[in-house]
Amino acid sequence: MSDLVFARVEWVILIPLGAAALLALLPGYRLTARLNVAAAFLTLLAALSLLFTPHPAAGTYLLVDDLNVVFIALNTFVGFTTSVFSASYVGHELETGRLTPTYLRFYHAMYQLLMCAMNVALVANNIGLMWVAIETATLTTILMVGIYRTHEALEAAWKYFILGSVGIALALFGTILVYVAAQPVIGEGLNAMVWTKLVAQAGKFDPALLNVAFIFLLLGYGTKVGLAPLHAWLPDAHAEGPTPISAVLSGLLLNVALYAVLRFKMLMTANAGAVAPGPLMVTMGLVSLIFGAFMLYRRRDIKRLFAYSSIEHMGIITFAFGMGGPLANFAGLLHMTMHSLTKSGIFFAVGHVAQAKGTQRIADIGGLTETHPWLGWSLVAGVVAIAGLPPLGIFMSEFLMVSSTFARAPGLAILLVLGLLIALGALFLRLNGLAFGEPRGQSHPVKASYGPLFAHLALVLAAGLYLPPQLVAWFQHVSQLLG
Amino acid sequence: MPNLAFDTAHLFAGGLVLVSFVLLYQDRLTSLLNIYALHAFVLALAVAWQADIQNAPHLYVTAALALGFKAIIIPVALRRIVERLGIHREIETVVGIGPTMLAGMALVALSMVVMLRVTAAAAPIAREDLAFALAVVLLGLLIMVTRLNAVSQVVGFMSLENGLILAATGAKGMPLVVEISVAFSVLIAFIVIGIFLFRIRERFDTVDLAALDQFRGERR
Repeated sequence: MSDLVFARVEWVILIPLGAAALLALLPGYRLTARLNVAAAFLTLLAALSLLFTPHPAAGTYLLVDDLNVVFIALNTFVGFTTSVFSASYVGHELETGRLTPTYLRFYHAMYQLLMCAMNVALVANNIGLMWVAIETATLTTILMVGIYRTHEALEAAWKYFILGSVGIALALFGTILVYVAAQPVIGEGLNAMVWTKLVAQAGKFDPALLNVAFIFLLLGYGTKVGLAPLHAWLPDAHAEGPTPISAVLSGLLLNVALYAVLRFKMLMTANAGAVAPGPLMVTMGLVSLIFGAFMLYRRRDIKRLFAYSSIEHMGIITFAFGMGGPLANFAGLLHMTMHSLTKSGIFFAVGHVAQAKGTQRIADIGGLTETHPWLGWSLVAGVVAIAGLPPLGIFMSEFLMVSSTFARAPGLAILLVLGLLIALGALFLRLNGLAFGEPRGQSHPVKASYGPLFAHLALVLAAGLYLPPQLVAWFQHVSQLLG
Repeated sequence: MPNLAFDTAHLFAGGLVLVSFVLLYQDRLTSLLNIYALHAFVLALAVAWQADIQNAPHLYVTAALALGFKAIIIPVALRRIVERLGIHREIETVVGIGPTMLAGMALVALSMVVMLRVTAAAAPIAREDLAFALAVVLLGLLIMVTRLNAVSQVVGFMSLENGLILAATGAKGMPLVVEISVAFSVLIAFIVIGIFLFRIRERFDTVDLAALDQFRGERR
């Protein structure tokens, strides 16, 4: 099977790259929106073919292993569903005149370039290449956040620009330090930046240098994950950009940055003398969780509300990976997958809600289940899922996390549960006003695409009810890899 | 003469830290931009020297980029923007110059202590370079947090980035340095174009970030 032409890792990079070039040249909404969906679908197929074929040998630049295949599959799947949602979303934005055809062309090209950059970051076997890919992904999202060119959008893009640039600058310093640590052992040149070679030799690196490098990498890539106190760009960027971009930011880009942190965490654990990266990640995760949970109470903008919820959930995932061990890692992986699906699903619903109501202010949105029953009830389902109620997928992962933490560190488990409960209260408080009661505010008909939304919610529900044994075995295997 | 190679590298790297300090106390935008051009020029010298002693001709590309793009094109472009915006007189700072300089000295001391301690095993030339580079990076961050004005924040970011290039070229034989410096130049070009666009669109009356900060989305 491995000689299948299609099952090559390069395709997940080349398809979006080619599509980006093509979409930059082609005019017309109908054609380009469909082409965008088609390109995302082809990328998804290419990614799925990687799942079912044996991994190719690791190269100097590219690598496919059991860990990043999970990320690539999730990345391309959400990328595909978001492109379907985006087609109907931008159609409405064109009608209302918030986007012009020129900007639309730019938007589609940037969307595919972002998918390309994220896939490069995921399959990179070279820590320098990974850095360049994450920088490119940051640049494309900055441009898309500012695409509406309102005062608020430009300010959000500027803030994201400055904070994101500082983050990636710190990450680069960490990357250079890793190279300096590797160079005496592996020798000069490209080999000392190849991740598989680094991790094989990590035991011989200077532990003190690795410690400093990891601090820089955690702070740098942690800015992109949105961990408190480095999160300041995240709510603005989510609230002011087009909603498909909020979905991709929350569902995917934060994961890609976290993936980079995980790769370097594996490097740290391979060195016996280096400081354990776990406690650092646990602390940052818990701080983000509790901070995010409290901040949920004072939100007045619906997209900001769910942006803070993303900070909270990235905190939970970082906490789980920081705890380490097979069970916590399993819970972390499951939670990451479920959060990506649920949160992008919620943003699909929120995007249409904001279009139907003509506003993002929570005070002007009310009684959605009466005026827009389908949208309203799917938003309710999404919030129930993200709050972690049974029988949905996030309940499963949070339950696993809490129970495994209770066995090892009861004090931390109490903080974790506290954060989860605070967030649950805030979400239901807001949901009550949004979905039930007297209809408030204006109401426009909206041609929504429910396909992606229902697909995500169905997957989250299915995962909560029954996880296929193959998937469980796969995740268990990856959890062991993560150590 | 290996000592000459080492001492000259040391001189250029130390010079970069010194120019970072000079950046720290500038209170006029035009002089800030002039000093930044000097900063980039010293970086170009340091990188060219590294290219010579490491026998790494590709580093000359990075040096040429630092000289042509960062020392000439960017300062000239920023100066024109500043003149058009009519903000070349004063820079609003958050803290006074005295405390800022003290904080800068503390940061340099910190980076020396940290880097020299953890890089005991590395080659001495790389050690010194890394220690100076971290100092330049931290001073760049300090410039960014003590300035309210968008243009001077960008200058802070660019000086920070010069520190990163110094670190990357000092790490002997590091691959992708040229690619990374090109990637950074693209990023900086985007920032400068961004400032320029803000002006063209006339969305902002000022590039003073304190004035932009009214928007939080919560107080509307």
